[in-house]
Amino acid sequence: MTVTVKLPTQLRAAAGGSGEVVVPVEGGTVATVIEALFAEHGELRERLTDEDGELRRFVNLYVDGEDIRFSEGLETAVDDGGEVQVLPAVAGG
Amino acid sequence: MSATNLKCRECGSQYELGAEYVCSRCFGPLEAEYDLTHLAGEPGELRRRIQGGPQNIWRYADFLPLAGAQPPSAGRRSSGFGLPAGCTPLIQADRLAERLGIGQVWVKNDAHNPTHSFKDRVVSVAAARARELGFDVLACASTGNLANSVAAHGAALGMESYVFIPSNLEEQKILATGVYGTNLVKVRGNYDDVNRLCTELSGERDWAFVNVNLRPYYAEGSKTIAYEVTEQLGWKTPDRIVAPVASGSLFTKIGKGFEEWLSLGLIDGELPVMNGAQASGCAPVATAWEAGEEVCRPVKPDTIAKSLAIGNPADGPFALDLARRSGGAVDSVTDEEIREGIRLLAETAGIFTETAGGVTTATLAKLAREGRIAADESVVLVITGDGLKTLDAVRDTFTSHEIDPSFDDFVSEVENTAVPA
Repeated sequence: MTVTVKLPTQLRAAAGGSGEVVVPVEGGTVATVIEALFAEHGELRERLTDEDGELRRFVNLYVDGEDIRFSEGLETAVDDGGEVQVLPAVAGG
Repeated sequence: MSATNLKCRECGSQYELGAEYVCSRCFGPLEAEYDLTHLAGEPGELRRRIQGGPQNIWRYADFLPLAGAQPPSAGRRSSGFGLPAGCTPLIQADRLAERLGIGQVWVKNDAHNPTHSFKDRVVSVAAARARELGFDVLACASTGNLANSVAAHGAALGMESYVFIPSNLEEQKILATGVYGTNLVKVRGNYDDVNRLCTELSGERDWAFVNVNLRPYYAEGSKTIAYEVTEQLGWKTPDRIVAPVASGSLFTKIGKGFEEWLSLGLIDGELPVMNGAQASGCAPVATAWEAGEEVCRPVKPDTIAKSLAIGNPADGPFALDLARRSGGAVDSVTDEEIREGIRLLAETAGIFTETAGGVTTATLAKLAREGRIAADESVVLVITGDGLKTLDAVRDTFTSHEIDPSFDDFVSEVENTAVPA
């Protein structure tokens, strides 16, 4: 199966300039999608995760528009053809 | 210019003063940094200079992140130079203090700003910086007050604007935005959905999103509340601040304002105890505080305090840190308490605030009730917006008389009728 990962402008240089990366994955969770993304664009690993491999605290991930912290976090399921979006945490209404 | 660069609050990486808001190394938020050494040493002279400045936030231009010393608008009255924010009243609310059984309560009434909320402070700074950086379009993701302010500033400055709001916002806030002739976009979703869309859009359009790509400049505007409070109190800090927490930006920047001036020796005192206020229907920061955690788990907001309904507060960790460092706390109050808070401030101080002010007042009442405020303390209550923005919150909370225009009717229907308390 394949999943589309949407990247914000700040990360595109580390992904060959592209805002959308289609990655092949086996077993669809956010964790496997992210690993597949790192396999293609190794520089992104350091940007998105800390020394312990944990997601950095100002990185927000969405599966089909829903924040993964409302689901199962990195274990949230991603369907074939689904979309994972990476965005920095900002807010202030 | 005092501002020197942007700096990542997580990893310390430095950036130029451009339209950047996120560290490209670690995704941490960027914050403006200053070199204030040229202002140190002569507090008397600096105080006099501030006092001689314009009656708006630009009297504090030395501490705001613009390239110019201050925008050309600073001392002028022409709308074409922007809207004059700040210099709002600080009122000693004796009857409120008496009702709550505490020493001194001061109300910082930011409903007195041009579009009736504190957001004019942050938008003034962001819009001025947007012009310096050459942007033609202002934009924002808003829970309402920011929408009013961006639309109005765009109109005054002659800049096109795009305002994105949750589609279920209070009617008053929608009307008081659209009237300025902005491009008003109602998004079917909550604020966090709107914010996610705008974060994505900011990368695709060359616009100044005041609270996204201009955020490091925007956020600094909130420091001016701390500056004004200390100036109004005679160049000294109050003992305690009670302020609302949505994203956590206002709360943390008030703290930053005090700390900057304390380190310069410009004011007497110490960092006030900082109490944050949230609605229990959207209390990710208060919940993290209670659990002793350093990060906030996002929530789906369900509260009448829509201007505070940010379920995913970006500055939550910094708000928690400030509350902890200052000996304060972050508390939450129910929708019923919010309505009572609005009523309490109106009845005792003659100030009608919106639901966010109800949250703040109810939190002060809660702190007083629980004996968490000492009798001799001076407390500043930060009232961020006007009650006319959220009229539904007070509907059916009082009774009235309807009579024919006759003296007899007045006596029989009003004077001789006991009004239920």
